[in-house]
Amino acid sequence: MRELKSSHQLPIGGAVLAQSAEPPHTGGWRVGEKPRVQLDTCVNCLLCWIYCPDSAIKIKDEAFLGFDYDYCKGCGICQEVCPTGAIKMVAEALVLPPLGRIEGESDAG
Amino acid sequence: MPAEARENPLSARMQLLTGAEAAAHAMRQINPDVVSVYPITPQTPIIQTFAKFVADGEVDTEIINVESEHSAMSAAVGAAQAGARTMTATASQGLALMIEIVYIAASMRLPIVMAVGNRALSGPINIHCDHADSMLARDSGMVQILTENAQEAYDFMVIAPRLAEHPEVMLPVLVGQDGFTITHSAEPVSLLPDEQVRRFVGDYRIPYPLLSGEVVTQGPFAMPDYYFEIKAQQVRAMQAAAQVFDDLSEAYEAYSGRRYQAVEGYRLDDADRALILMGSSAGTAKDVVDQLRAKGEKVGLAQVRLFRPFPAAASSSTVSASSPSPAFSL
Ligand code: SF4
Ligand code: SF4
Repeated sequence: MRELKSSHQLPIGGAVLAQSAEPPHTGGWRVGEKPRVQLDTCVNCLLCWIYCPDSAIKIKDEAFLGFDYDYCKGCGICQEVCPTGAIKMVAEALVLPPLGRIEGESDAG
Repeated sequence: MPAEARENPLSARMQLLTGAEAAAHAMRQINPDVVSVYPITPQTPIIQTFAKFVADGEVDTEIINVESEHSAMSAAVGAAQAGARTMTATASQGLALMIEIVYIAASMRLPIVMAVGNRALSGPINIHCDHADSMLARDSGMVQILTENAQEAYDFMVIAPRLAEHPEVMLPVLVGQDGFTITHSAEPVSLLPDEQVRRFVGDYRIPYPLLSGEVVTQGPFAMPDYYFEIKAQQVRAMQAAAQVFDDLSEAYEAYSGRRYQAVEGYRLDDADRALILMGSSAGTAKDVVDQLRAKGEKVGLAQVRLFRPFPAAASSSTVSASSPSPAFSL
């Protein structure tokens, strides 16, 4: 946590200037389940990226990468919209590879 | 009207105007960027008169006609935040509907100027004067000035943008004029020349306008810790407004010859009875004070013009210093 600023140090009216705030890792609000992806089933349609309400789907050069758990709130919308069943919500406690990427044959996780 | 204004040699530009028209003339001279309005019943002719100036091309203002007073204030917030000098006008129920957004304008420190025809709240439906509408905004963080007559309604509309936009203030400012008694009564009003008003008011500047290109988040969520820091800023701004009011009154006197006090004592020396009033009733009561004084009665009047921030120290010194009676200590 950064030190709290006093009313004398803050810009007026609640304005938050660029780079002045700590990144709010709202993924900490997630309870119960988190998404994971079975990569061999993903067809890179990016519907999950379009629908994710928290911009928590990471992509690179239009290629699906995985989940940004710092911001994913575990709503399960990506699982609902994924047309191939590549995304599945799993227990929060389950240890997953980075970005929730499961490589290899289907049905793992 | 203060005595010096009656004899002011600068007052060559007298016109017969209602308070509503006088406020609209001030707006014409200020030439704000945006005026957002919704004429809910009961409205006043402030916007009607101003809209004519817009239609006639006398100002560059963009009038935004919205679908409710709640939206009028919301649009004003957006416009002011974008970087536009913004005004609105309302009365009675309209102000009641705006209140939620008035709090937001004040907390976001947006210097919106609001002309208000103070009218009774329904019901029964009523178009006449009552300060209950602006009292609803008492704790909103909006500076409030209540005027005595059309001249003051004009003068304070000219002063209001500078008060609102002063770097130590940056708060919305309400300029109230009594419904019907001032809004609809015609009286001689002295207008400053247009270029003098523009020079007095100056340019609009706010610290982080959305259209500046600077990356900034406005109107964020704040947990209780930061909520109170932001509120502490607001309290200091409101307190600063009292001194800025006095400074601007002095600056305005150089232009107009008229000097206004946050609290004016009228014939209070040796008074053993006094009225404390706001708005047009103070003007009437000054005549009554004169009549009773002529009969030898020791009466006086304290007129509160600046209602928010409430000039408590000035009120108490105006009333109690001139009157030995503890009944007048505020
Ligand atoms: S669970 Fe919800 S928040 Fe998380 S990645 Fe999927 S759609 Fe986004
Ligand atoms: S919706 Fe499913 S198939 Fe489409 S990109 Fe996302 S994970 Fe891959």
